[in-house]
Amino acid sequence: MKELRLMKGNEAIAEAAIRCGVDAYYGYPITPQSEVMEYLTAEEPYKTTGMVVLQAESEIASIHMVHGAAGGGKKSMTSSSSPGISLMTEGISYLAGSEIPCLIVNVQRGGPGLGTIQPGQADYFQATKGGGHGDYRLIVLAPASVQEMADFVDLSFELAFKYRNPALILSDGAIGQMMEKVYLPEQKERLTDEEVAQKYGDWATIGKSPNKERNILTSLELQSERQEKHNFHLQAKYKKIEENEIRYEKINCENADYMLVAYGMSARICQKVIQLGKEKGINIGLIRPITLWPFPSQVIKESANNVKGILTVEMSAGQMVEDVRLAVEGKVPVEHYGRFGGMIPSPDEVLNALEQKLIGK
Amino acid sequence: MEDTIKIEDIIKPENIVFEKTSCLTDNVLSYCPGCGHGVAHRITMEVVEEMGIQDQTIGIAPVGCSVLAYDFMNIDMQQAAHGRAPAVATGLKRVYPNKFVFTYQGDGDLAAIGTAETIHACNRGENIVIIFINNGIYGMTGGQMAPTTLPGMKSSTTPYGRNAAMMGHPIKITELVAHLPGTCYVTRQAVHTPGAVRKAKKAIRKAFENQKLNKGLSFVEIVSNCNSGWKMTPVDSNNWMVENMFPYYPMGDIKDE
Amino acid sequence: MAKVRGAVVIDTEKCKGCDLCVVACPTSVLLLAKEVNGKGYNYSYMENPDSCTGCMNCAMVCPDSVITVYRLKPQKSAVEA
Repeated sequence: MKELRLMKGNEAIAEAAIRCGVDAYYGYPITPQSEVMEYLTAEEPYKTTGMVVLQAESEIASIHMVHGAAGGGKKSMTSSSSPGISLMTEGISYLAGSEIPCLIVNVQRGGPGLGTIQPGQADYFQATKGGGHGDYRLIVLAPASVQEMADFVDLSFELAFKYRNPALILSDGAIGQMMEKVYLPEQKERLTDEEVAQKYGDWATIGKSPNKERNILTSLELQSERQEKHNFHLQAKYKKIEENEIRYEKINCENADYMLVAYGMSARICQKVIQLGKEKGINIGLIRPITLWPFPSQVIKESANNVKGILTVEMSAGQMVEDVRLAVEGKVPVEHYGRFGGMIPSPDEVLNALEQKLIGK
Repeated sequence: MEDTIKIEDIIKPENIVFEKTSCLTDNVLSYCPGCGHGVAHRITMEVVEEMGIQDQTIGIAPVGCSVLAYDFMNIDMQQAAHGRAPAVATGLKRVYPNKFVFTYQGDGDLAAIGTAETIHACNRGENIVIIFINNGIYGMTGGQMAPTTLPGMKSSTTPYGRNAAMMGHPIKITELVAHLPGTCYVTRQAVHTPGAVRKAKKAIRKAFENQKLNKGLSFVEIVSNCNSGWKMTPVDSNNWMVENMFPYYPMGDIKDE
Repeated sequence: MAKVRGAVVIDTEKCKGCDLCVVACPTSVLLLAKEVNGKGYNYSYMENPDSCTGCMNCAMVCPDSVITVYRLKPQKSAVEA
């Protein structure tokens, strides 16, 4: 039986991490995600599952601690909020280059700079286009509920290890702070050192046994031909992820005249917009990308055949809208409505925007 | 009479008293002729071989001249971002407390960009070994001023000599970490003479033995040369090191608990 | 008294001619060759092999681990002497 609890999104991430057999969490406090580490240090999973929990001296140290542990084939994660993720981008680029699977959680706040501690969705570009230096991609999952905060921990690790690639949960301060009921997964055993050696011994740095080639995890290749070859390999892997791992949710899309595209907190608001539209006789659908990378371009492109216009709703000045426009290829108007700096759009505002930007035209 | 012994009689496998450890690969080292890195690599790997821990040892390579340490050390290794090796080592050691984890870092990596990671790994008493090569210069990038560059010492970014009033003073990070309760063994060595090499190797051995005993962080500084960066012959650079570096960075154990 | 006899074999192609072994040798066995190896380095060689005692000092300071040291056991040389 799955256990039902009322929890904050941040707590759900922490509890799910313990339950899905994560080996290590390294973090640094920052609002609005501090509950992740607070919960873990209160639960003391090192006494039960053996999971390591360590407060680092900075986000930079956190992500590189993840590098070390994940490089040993262990399920390792960190969490932070926007400014902290910026600090981590150095390490994330190295993790992607060295193909080390791990999980990074970004409970976004409004920016730029120190910005605000209120929720935001302005790190979309950073999460989906790379963020750090070099050509790399992260598998990006966007939860829209406390339930998904919990569920996506396990899913992220599954995908990360499947493709030897870092995964990122792109949440926001609202989902992180809100309390909802959540069905928690059953406790999974952590892998033993022997199991890790068996599963990941072909790449993880766990000690070179006499009969085996040594494992080197590096993102450096001084010979350009070989670095290019490595990049081709990464790109082929990313293509495979794009082919196999796109996830999205369609709500009320059949017979919709107008389409909303929104993820995370904004997608929740848009569900209310659908209802308000109905009351006004406007038939509105919603496509909610669950994976922000790989992006569900095809389904958005197809939806453009049946609707008069698309509105993206983001707590940013308009970032995902660029990907939606690329997908739609100009078939129908694509507009953006956003609030930012910690502001959350109301359903009325969104419906107004839809009417003005798409119907009023 | 002794002349009757021919060289061929001596050069036989049973008479070998020294050969390269199998814990080093056969790759030609990328270091300049006479660079101390080679000896530091060798004695570290000799310790790993002698302790029989090759299959349990993971090294963390830095950024700098020794970024390619993993090409030469015949063990599993991770290559860390600039200065972050102690954090990488921390993460790995915490999930594998029974394995041997060490970092190998230069002075720019450890004492400038990685100062926070160094200090905090030492302060937490991470049960790892840090091997710190101090040659007072950024070698890889072309001989720029390092945090350890001596006052008056020329480098490519202090072409008229390091002016302490403008550029600050060389940092004695080894003395600094010795103050932290998390370090159990802090020592400063060199590898310029056969005697110094033997001592430095003993220090590295002790550091790894400390890790086996879970005693905390062992920090082994090796004051070294950079003949290319210093623009001297290898022999001259070693002499210059003894005359100029050793007075500022004196040899010996600073802490041994 | 039997003299300890030793010898070294230098991987001349990997030697970088840094001269540190020459300076470290207490019995002046080694010198840098006038000829160069494939990489253009004046490699180290035994100029006075008879003086080698197999003390390993050269190998200790060799940064490139290119020196293998051999030593005849003293009692063996004593017998032969």
